Parts: sequence; structure tokens; C-alpha cells
Amino acid sequence: MGVVRFTLWLILLIPQLSFANSSLNMRTGVTDISENVYQLHMIIFMICCVIGIIVFGLMFWAIFHHRKSKGVKPAQFHESTKIEILWTAIPFVILIGMAVPATKALIAMEDTTKADLTIKITGSQWKWHYEYLTYEGKKGDVDFYSIMSTPQDQITNKESKGEHYLLEVDKPLVIPTDKKVRFLMTSDDVIHSWWVPDFAVKKDANPGFINEAWTRVNTPGTYRGQCAELCGKDHGFMPVVVVAKEPAEFDAWLIESQQEKQNAAQADQALLSQTLSKEELMTLGQQVYMSSCAACHQPTGLGIPGVFPGLKASPIALGDVNAHIDMVLHGTPGTAMQAFAKQLTLKQLAAIVTYERNAWGNDTGDLVQPSQIKARLGGDE
Amino acid sequence: MNSITQDQKDSQEQIKAQEGVITTEHDDSHAEEHHGPAKGLKRWLYTTNHKDIGSMYLIFSLVMFLIGGTMAMVIRAELFQPGLQLVDPHFFNQMTTVHGLIMVFGAVMPAFVGLANWMVPLMIGAPDMALPRMNNWSFWILPFAFAILLGSLFMEGGGPAFGWTFYAPLSTTYSNDNTALFVFAVHIMGISSIMGAINVIVTIVNMRAPGMTWMKLPLFVWTWLITAFLLIAVMPVLAGVVTMVLTDKYFGTSFFNAMGGGDPVMFQHIFWFFGHPEVYIMILPAFGIVSSIIPAFSRKKLFGYASMVYATASIAFLSFIVWAHHMFTTGMPLAGELFFMYTTMLISVPTGVKVFNWVATMWRGSLSFEVPMLFAIAFVVLFTIGGFSGLMLAITPADFQYHDTYFVVAHFHYVLVTGAIFSIMAGVYYWLPKWTGNMFDIALAKWHFWLSLVSVNVLFFPMHFVGLAGMPRRVPDYALQFADFNAIISIGGFAFGLSQLLFVAVVYKCIKGGDKVPAKVWEGAEGLEWEVDSPAPYHTFETPPKIKD
Repeated sequence: MGVVRFTLWLILLIPQLSFANSSLNMRTGVTDISENVYQLHMIIFMICCVIGIIVFGLMFWAIFHHRKSKGVKPAQFHESTKIEILWTAIPFVILIGMAVPATKALIAMEDTTKADLTIKITGSQWKWHYEYLTYEGKKGDVDFYSIMSTPQDQITNKESKGEHYLLEVDKPLVIPTDKKVRFLMTSDDVIHSWWVPDFAVKKDANPGFINEAWTRVNTPGTYRGQCAELCGKDHGFMPVVVVAKEPAEFDAWLIESQQEKQNAAQADQALLSQTLSKEELMTLGQQVYMSSCAACHQPTGLGIPGVFPGLKASPIALGDVNAHIDMVLHGTPGTAMQAFAKQLTLKQLAAIVTYERNAWGNDTGDLVQPSQIKARLGGDE
Repeated sequence: MNSITQDQKDSQEQIKAQEGVITTEHDDSHAEEHHGPAKGLKRWLYTTNHKDIGSMYLIFSLVMFLIGGTMAMVIRAELFQPGLQLVDPHFFNQMTTVHGLIMVFGAVMPAFVGLANWMVPLMIGAPDMALPRMNNWSFWILPFAFAILLGSLFMEGGGPAFGWTFYAPLSTTYSNDNTALFVFAVHIMGISSIMGAINVIVTIVNMRAPGMTWMKLPLFVWTWLITAFLLIAVMPVLAGVVTMVLTDKYFGTSFFNAMGGGDPVMFQHIFWFFGHPEVYIMILPAFGIVSSIIPAFSRKKLFGYASMVYATASIAFLSFIVWAHHMFTTGMPLAGELFFMYTTMLISVPTGVKVFNWVATMWRGSLSFEVPMLFAIAFVVLFTIGGFSGLMLAITPADFQYHDTYFVVAHFHYVLVTGAIFSIMAGVYYWLPKWTGNMFDIALAKWHFWLSLVSVNVLFFPMHFVGLAGMPRRVPDYALQFADFNAIISIGGFAFGLSQLLFVAVVYKCIKGGDKVPAKVWEGAEGLEWEVDSPAPYHTFETPPKIKD
């Protein structure tokens, strides 16, 4: 039968044409699961292609041969129980054939037990926070924020765009290869969705709830993804970057990061006795403001009327300095204003408040020192 | 008015009375007389005539289609190149949100209601819709709903920017103060839809001509009857969920706020319990239109009429038990994911039956390719492509990769643009000569078809590729590897948008004049609507027609 041979030929041909890992198709990825998902995608795609070719083939046969202009007289048939049962039953059987491997894959994807490393991922507008909870039975004791590092000038077309435009961050998530890594997702504000296509992991980060997912990466490398759930203005600027390292390298990285965290804490303590100059505070302040505040309050300090309040000549920035510090530290519950106490160092916080009180013609002349921030925080840090 | 109430029991006279047609005296000789419409603006404001109301719905829907389309042009212009060029991300989000709301509630749904108003009474041999005053009201509240929604775009903070799906807490705690306007607008749209649906059901159940038994109903009537039940079932759910958004935002409740004991995922369950049947509300009448057109231009009876009816009913039933397939990444338990995967896959069975039936209708027919048929054939092919990507999306493990990417955008635009909207255009081209009495400009209409067909595929087909390659939806900017395809998509978008101006021109010219057409406009067309004159008189079937066989 010509039709059967043609169909078989097509089934054999399509994988060659499937452009795996090209810009046209799903990636096979770097985990067993992602490869499995890719296979499922290709199987169901091929089933659709075959059905499509048969159905559209018959239809176009009719379009070319059963034309009134060719003098064809219409046939009279308009039902056939036999054929109608047949074309209800055949798709049903195909579906069962498809459901079996899909079910197996899904069960494997949802099995988050026996993880070697557990990382808590917290989304917030518009950054990710990674916290290493446990690694092979020990406390991870490392946590950091990961913010897009693409400069604003590239986005506004003032500079030429880099190779990883919009898909680069200041601090990537680092995980070991060949270890089962469990992710716990949650959110501080709206719903986000953490997605790395190469792992076939996409899971929503819901505020107030914790979701689970896992991966086991086979190949070291840098893998990029994005937030996949609309999360407000800068949803498109919330990339995910994961670096997978060999376990030995990962261990070294983890120890180094733990050390860095302690050093940073000590450096912050040392600052308490120092008085920083206005120039130093303003320079650092502008830098931190641009990465942490400008998304909402805008680089001009004008905000977006009706959505995000401006800071230029605002009662907060011109009013009581302690109220201003408290708002930056603790945020305003029930609004988009986040609590920055745990996101930034004492020096950065001091610099931001100083910057906001002196930029855009606010000119209060107030200088806020790290010690003052520390005092507002009380003894808890 | 007094003279009318005395001894006129004829329902036709009551209808005239409702229209406020001033009739001084009535005797038997007047019963045969046809009264024309009132003059001027009052005709349209006060009309209870199903044809007038149908026309208003259709024109309203066309206006909304153009407004929503303009927003799509803004979106595509911004996405033409990487980087931010024209609009800021906050405005971009307002465009995607309002584009979706306008197209779903302003363009597709009113167009189908307009077609139902015009065609259901003509197809079942009824003099009008059963509840003409409510019919008037259900139309006239719509412009207010959309004026409120569109007006919010011009207010401080702008319009809704949380996507047409308005997921909490983005639409509650984190939205701007104009959210109340969005909620109010959706409430009015919902009321309008419910009233329209009640009218359709009451008309079909009570006003069929004698001998028009259930299994003789044209499929457009059947599909609309089932659609109307879906509307009545789910519109109150939508009203409920927007009200919860309203009280969460303004009155301190915590339906969707975990800090108060609520659950943001519950929002999605309620929304999609409305949202999935809503998808079928926008496609079942399309099936009905195509099932009328394909037999007409194949000169052959529809294959498997009974199985078409049963398939429509099965799809409607299944639409209530698949909603969470929109939510596979929200962290549902495994059992839930499996259940919704299986039920979703099942939908392809009755949908497949429909496609097979259309192909079997064409098989060994005597085909000709007038403009309605061209759109109907394009519908069958392109809607089926949308159905295939739907089946792919049902496979949960693969959905984790497809979810919230341009693959999904491609999928639902195939089923809604080349599905619902192509079917509406097919229907308009099919019945426009009946409505106006004039044949449309066939050459121009063919240009409209071919330009739309090519551009719509340039527009939506590459979206599959960028989606699979990893481009998320609802982003104002994208990584460089997506740049080439996005430029192509935007060019397709502009071409498709401009092509629709031809449609406006064809419709306008046809209303103004053209070659006169006979009662039976198309040689192979079957049904009662082809037995009344063209243009259809202001009042039809004042005495019920006799049903053949």
C-alpha cells in the first residue's frame, strides 16, 4: 500500500527535520527528564502530523477532484454508523497509547524524594532569592538575590545589545551536576514562575504556599530561563540563570560563599563606627537605587502616577528621616513596596536613603550612616 | 396603544406594539400589512426587532474588532525588534490585557450573539426572539461596559495591566485603583451575555415552527442552544470571581490572600471553571456556521448530522471537567494532573468526529468555492491545526515546557482567529446578501480572503517556533535569538490587520448597494432562511412556515 509506506516514510523523516536544539524546536535539555519530555513532545507532534496529513490529504483530494466545475454530480450518502464508530474508536486508542508514556513521565517528574541538595526559591517583583537549605544533610547557610544585570541602556537601545541580552544576572544560582536538587518555590508578592527550559522545570511560585520541583543535571554549563507568569511591569526582565558545576567544584564554591557571607557580615559591623562621606553615600546610593528601586520609582524619581508613587518632593523623602528609613527597611504591607532590610547591607541601605533624600532636587542635606540604620533595626541584626 | 390591546391576540401584533409602531386602526385587512421600521435614531435605541438588534451586535463587534486589533498592532510594533522602542512595559501590559478582553467579550461573543439574533428566528421559522425587550437591553448595556473599560485606559495609572485572566494577587493587592472599573465593566458584560443566552434558549425551545423537531434543527441552532446553556452556567462564576477580586482589593476580604487564610490558586480554579467553557462558547457556534456552509457549497447533505449534535453536547459536557489543564504548573497534586490530562485528551475525540464529518461531507460532493466556502475550508484546516497544538498542550509533562510561552499564544490564536473569527466572516459572507438583498463585491472579498489567509499564517505560525524555543508570553522585550521570528510575526500582524480594512469596505459597499440577489442566494443552500425574500423583510414568519419532510 502506497499510503502506508508514505506514512512510515514520514514518521522516519520527521525526526530528521525536527531541528532539535535549533531555534525552531523544544530543547532536549541536559537532564533525563528533559530528554524524556522532548521525546513525548516529538511523539505527540508526529501523531498530529500523520493525522493531519491523512485528513487534509483527503480533503484536498476532494477539493481538487470533486468539483462542480469538473461536472461532478454529488453523491447522496450522509451517514454511516460503521465508519462513525471507527473514527471515534481509533483516536481513542491512539490517546491511550499516548497517555501511558505521559503518565510515566509525570510520575517521575513529581517524585521529589531523596534529594541531595534543597534550595528555596523566592520570587518577588522582579528578582529571585535563592537560599541553600540543606546539602547532603548539612545546613547550606548561603543565600542571595539574583537580579537581571542587563544595563538599562541596552534595553532602551542606547547601547548595542550583549550576547545574553535580558538573560543575564548579577549572581547566578549554582548547583552541582549528578546530584538530585530539590527546589522549593514560593513568592513574597505576586505569582511568579521559575522556568529553566534545559531542565524542563517550570513551577509557579505562589505567595503563602510552597511548591516543589527537582532536577538532576547531567552536563556542567550555564543554563538560562525566565519568569513565565505575568508578574507586573517588569515581568519580561526577570531572568533565571543556573550554573551547573561538577560536585567537587560546587563544594568549593559553597565553602567560599559561606566564607564570603561571614566576611560581609563582619565588614558591615566594622562600618558601624565609621562615618561615610556624602559623595561616597550618593555614588553607592545611585547605583543601588538603579538596581533595587528604579523599576518602580523610576530613575527620575517620578514614579508612575496612579501605579507607583514618586519620590521627588514626596512627603516621605522630605519628611522625618526615621519614617523614611523604616519604610525602606520594612516596606508597606499590602502594597508593592518591599521590605529591603534583608535584601541589602547596612551600607547600601544607608546609601539609598541618603540618595533619595538628596537626589532630584530633594536636597534635604540629610546624611544617613550605617549606624543609624542599625539603630532603627534594633538589636536583631 | 389602547386600540391595540382590545382584541389583537396575534403575537405579531404584540411585537409591533412593543416596537411602538403607531397603528391607529386594526382590522383583518391590515393583518397582512408589513410595517417598516421607525425612523432615525429612535429606531435603533428602542428597537425590539431581532434583525435590527442582530445588526447592531454585528456592527458593535466589528468596531470592537478594529479597536482590539489596533491594540494588537501596538503590541506587534513594540515586539518588532528587541529593546523598548514605543511603549513602556506598564502600557504594554495594559495593551495585552485590554486586547484580550476586547477580543473575547467585545468582538467574538457579540458577533455570535448578533448572528444568533439574525439567524435563529429565521432558521426555526419564528417571527422574532422570544423576549424582544430584554434583547434590546442586553445589547444596549454593552457599549457602556466597553466605554468604562476603554475609559480606564485614559485615567491616572491606566487600565487593567494584569492580563485578561486577571490572576490574583496581581489584580488585587498589586493592581492600581482603576480595577473597580474593570470589575464593573465585566459585570455588565456578564449580565448582557446571560440575558442574550436566556433569550436564545427560550426562543429555540418555544418558538420553533410546527414540525421543526429537535433532530431537524439546523446545526447553527443546535450549537447555539448548547452554547447558551454554557453561558448561563459559567457567567455567574465569572461574576463571582470578579466580585471576590473587588472585595479583596477594596473591602479587606482575603479570598485570594494567603495572609488572611485565602489561596491565590483558588482564584485560578474559579476563573478557569468559567474560562474553559468560555473557550467553547467562542467555538461551538463556529461549528454551527461551518456545518451550514460546507453542505451548501458541497451540494450534499451534512454527513453525520446526529453525531454532530452528540459531539457538540459531549464537548460542552467535557468543557466543565478540564479547567485545570490551564494550571498544570501551579503545583497541583499528581492525581489532579493525571485527571485533567486524561479528560483534556478526551476532548479531541468529539472534536475529531466533527472534522471527519466535514471532510466526509465534502467527499464526493460537487464543490464550488464561493467566498463563504473559502473561509469555511480555511476554518477546518486552521482550526484543526489549533486543535493539534491543543492536544500537545494536554500532555502534562510537555505542557510544563509549553505553558505560558508563545506556543500557547499560537495555539489560542489559531482556534480563535482562524477558528472563531474566520467562521464569523464565513457566516457574514454567507448571509450578508440575505440581510442586504445585495451581493457583495466578490473580487474584493476574495482579496480579503487570500490576504487574510496568507498573513494570518505568517502572523501566528512562527509563534509556535519562538514558543518552543523558549519565549515567554506577555513580555514587552525578548532575548536576541527570538528577534528574526518576531520581526516576521509583526510583519504578518500588520498585513493581517490592514487586510481587515478590506472586510470593512466589502460590508460597507454591500450595505450601500450591489447586484440584487434572489431569495435563495446560494444554489446549494438549504434551510428556512432561504425561503424568505432578500433582503429579509422587517417582519418574517408572521405565520409559521410549513416544514418539509
